[in-house]
Amino acid sequence: MQNKELLVAAIKNGTVIDHIPADRTFEVVNLLGLTEVKTAITIGCNLQSEKVGSKGIIKVEDKYFTDEEISRLSVVAPNAVLNIIHDYAVQEKKPVMMPQTLQGIIHCPNPKCICNNEPMRTLFHYNTDTNSFRCHYCNTEIYASEVIVEK
Amino acid sequence: MENRSFVTIANHSRQKIEYLLAMAREFEQNPNRDILRHHVVATLFFEPSTRTRLSFETAANRLGARVIGFADPKVTSGTKGETLKDTIMMVSNYADVIVMRHYLEGAALYASEVAPIPIINAGDGANQHPSQTLLDLYTIYQTQGTLDNLNIFLVGDLKYGRTVHSLLTAMRHFSPTFHFIAPDELAMPDSYKQYCRDHGIRYVEHQDFDANVIAEADILYMTRVQRERFTDLMEYERVKDRYLLKLPMLSKARENMKILHPLPRVNEIEYAIDDNPHAYYFQQARNGLFARQAIICDTLDITLDEIK
Repeated sequence: MQNKELLVAAIKNGTVIDHIPADRTFEVVNLLGLTEVKTAITIGCNLQSEKVGSKGIIKVEDKYFTDEEISRLSVVAPNAVLNIIHDYAVQEKKPVMMPQTLQGIIHCPNPKCICNNEPMRTLFHYNTDTNSFRCHYCNTEIYASEVIVEK
Repeated sequence: MENRSFVTIANHSRQKIEYLLAMAREFEQNPNRDILRHHVVATLFFEPSTRTRLSFETAANRLGARVIGFADPKVTSGTKGETLKDTIMMVSNYADVIVMRHYLEGAALYASEVAPIPIINAGDGANQHPSQTLLDLYTIYQTQGTLDNLNIFLVGDLKYGRTVHSLLTAMRHFSPTFHFIAPDELAMPDSYKQYCRDHGIRYVEHQDFDANVIAEADILYMTRVQRERFTDLMEYERVKDRYLLKLPMLSKARENMKILHPLPRVNEIEYAIDDNPHAYYFQQARNGLFARQAIICDTLDITLDEIK
């Protein structure tokens, strides 16, 4: 019982990122640059979820994310939901939306692609029909399940 | 400012392709003109390709332009660690247009995004070679009098051959029927077959390559089956002679049928065919000059009306 209370412990202001696939929780931490954040962060992993089976939750005090930052989550946690908290109350639930183009997020698997050989950001286009991404430069196509996030 | 680079032909409309072909036709009638007298064309070949470079440089020279550049990547600053962007920005200070060949895929597209002057893609790795496609289209039009409703046979390496992939996508406007003839290991990739289905392009796959099959062709586009493409060398030995074109195989060919090849050829077209009226690969290579003159002028915003 004490554990459960700890897991759902509310934050006063900030963001709760819910429904992260458990095995990608720490990728989300890196993608959002949370290692640099100085406010309190609670990371829960391998929690039960009806939506994604086993899930992760990240609570970040006094921090709100931009739409660009949220879109970065789309490739690793497309079903995640961001709960925007003000004064202990959920003021808004923001689902992660897959943007049409993703810059500097996906690693291109083609070693002969220019984006792996120049100091430049990768650029991918999302195809809703096939749930895949196409490299803007070399046209390599990768499915969402195969995506490797840029370091 | 509008980006007039010529990086890919895949997104060109039918109208734009026909416009460039009309320009090429003008240059075929008179390739020697002085319209680029005060222009400098840079040819940057980060990967050697003698015939493509000579073709572009001849195109520029016959239009009166000065040509600068390098043919050997070993002499460039890239070997000292300079980025492509820096090289492109530096050359942009000197030239009006850059013709570049690069061993990396997407290099020309990236260069076109950073350069203040137009970029012409003379081949970027295994990705695109759009000037070859334009000269192929011009040759098909020249020999058939139309691009519409043709039977185009693609033979040889259909897996890695970027020329056949580009030709296939560029022909989507013209209701062709493609015929694929290739060993299993080098068959047309599923993604291009899907492309055909998505764009209403008819295609037929053949097991045999003989006079009866060739009898239906308007264009027979030969490519080289390269040993190094095979993971199974036994398979290579088994199929290597099956995709060679020999003179008797032309016995039932249509009168209008022409044999094309992006060159260089090794042995896939028998030398005895060179003097046959169906052989057209050397004229095809010559058309590269006119197609490239059209490309250079279009990137410099010189219109068809101005060259007529």
